[in-house]
Amino acid sequence: MSLIACDKVSFSYEKQIVVNELSFSIEKGDYLCIIGENGTGKTTLVKGLLGLKKPSGGKITVGDSFQPTEIGYVPQQTVAQKDFPASVYEVVISGCLNQRGMRPGYSKENKERANSNMELLGISDLRKKCYRNLSGGQQQRVLLARSLCATTSLLLLDEPTTGLDPVATTEFYSMIDRLNKKHGITIVMVSHAIKEAIEHAGSILHLSHSSYFYGTVEAYRHSTFGKRFLGGMEDDHIN
Amino acid sequence: MITLIREMFSYPFMVRAMIVGTLVSVCASLLGVSLVLKRYSMIGDGLSHVGFGALALAVALNMAPLKVAIPVVIVAAFILLRVTENSKIQGDAAIALISTGALAVGVMLVSLTTGMNMDVYNYMFGSILAMSREDVVLSIMVSIIVLILYVIFYEKIFAVTFDETFAKATGINTNLYHMLLSILTALIIVLGMRMMGALLISSLIVFPAVTAMRICHTFKSVTITAVLVSIVSFIVGITTSYLYATPTGASIVIVDIILFILFQLYGLIIKKNV
Ligand SMILES: Nc1ncnc2c1ncn2[C@@H]1O[C@H](COP(=O)(O)OP(=O)(O)O)[C@@H](O)[C@H]1O
Ligand SMILES: [Mg+2]
Repeated sequence: MSLIACDKVSFSYEKQIVVNELSFSIEKGDYLCIIGENGTGKTTLVKGLLGLKKPSGGKITVGDSFQPTEIGYVPQQTVAQKDFPASVYEVVISGCLNQRGMRPGYSKENKERANSNMELLGISDLRKKCYRNLSGGQQQRVLLARSLCATTSLLLLDEPTTGLDPVATTEFYSMIDRLNKKHGITIVMVSHAIKEAIEHAGSILHLSHSSYFYGTVEAYRHSTFGKRFLGGMEDDHIN
Repeated sequence: MITLIREMFSYPFMVRAMIVGTLVSVCASLLGVSLVLKRYSMIGDGLSHVGFGALALAVALNMAPLKVAIPVVIVAAFILLRVTENSKIQGDAAIALISTGALAVGVMLVSLTTGMNMDVYNYMFGSILAMSREDVVLSIMVSIIVLILYVIFYEKIFAVTFDETFAKATGINTNLYHMLLSILTALIIVLGMRMMGALLISSLIVFPAVTAMRICHTFKSVTITAVLVSIVSFIVGITTSYLYATPTGASIVIVDIILFILFQLYGLIIKKNV
């Protein structure tokens, strides 16, 4: 059984359809990149997968292991967060809240988990630092560490490398690779960088305003869809 | 001065005012941290004007003020939080509509019934003398409930304030905490109005949080500092009010302004030295 299967799923805002009859599925251990221009409904689709937005048509089937307590999410950053007074540790450990139910405070295991995730992402020395004073790359690591506190199985990331410099972007992608390959975490990442997407992902979901492509990276390279968008870029690769 | 202060505490009504005022200030500052960070500061202002309208209605109907004001303001809090979230009228415009509307209705009710008497003046500008024994008991009870709920749900309130989408996606009932936040805010605004007045109560919510954020960089330290700031400004403010017979609410806000400026300067100095 797939982790998530979408069957002709559509999303719309007040009768205006933004995602139309999309079918694809996500298996355990997959690394799926969702690409497409701004406004093609990538964020909307992710919110749909998270259950934050109801589809206006079609059906999303989720496997047994797909529970809110098994999801990690790195959202597109909001403006309010940019000047929020919070320490790195406070942000990271808040990812554990979905295991707490109504109980107050954090358990010892929660604290250990927060610490080990900060270690894993190399931000242990930032723990007392203020989130708003960090660089973009550091902030993304903090949000990633938080989402790892919330899940060990599925991560959804919405344009996590926006605003990062090239070095930080490369580091971020290799971190995601490691989580996927070494820790077996299923990755669903929204990106607008096609080049990085086909380099790292296993499958591609390319949204455009009129149609979409879904398949493996190999199939994408050879599809008319992929060729149209990759055209020049593939030549760069060969030269 | 010392004797004056000792004299101040020999009046039972002053002791009552001290206890209630400190509790309400602490609660308001706690809620304020979340409201300010979520860009909901103006909601406090809107609710206090609704509160004034409700109190005027109670006076007109000759009913117990708090029993009318509390439910009305809770309903208004729900509506305001909803329209701020998803509305075609811009959130801030909606707040301005409701708040000035309620104020106008209140003023009309007052002028058609009792006229601008001392009672009404006290609702607008606040007075420590205005609190009845019943008010005091109710205020203490509600404040303690707010404090307990805040401590129990502190971590969740942080999560919902920092990143509501993430909290919701990972299975936290964000609606519940939103509701909690609006009910608690409504309660504290109604209770604080007797002391601060409808026109100034939102300063109790906004000032301590904003002042603490000048120098603090973690959520916990902002929360604790806001509480301390609220206690200091209340005690200094009410003492000033007693000594110089100035209006309570305004005296507290003046202390708030002074603290804000001091924290701002201190914040600039420590930033320069880093
Ligand atoms: N809350 C909303 N209300 C109405 N329209 C929206 C809302 N959110 C997004 N949209 C519209 O839906 C379309 C897709 O948006 P989005 O999913 O954010 O695209 P992407 O993430 O691919 O840039 C856009 O045209 C946008 O204007
Ligand atoms: Mg987007």
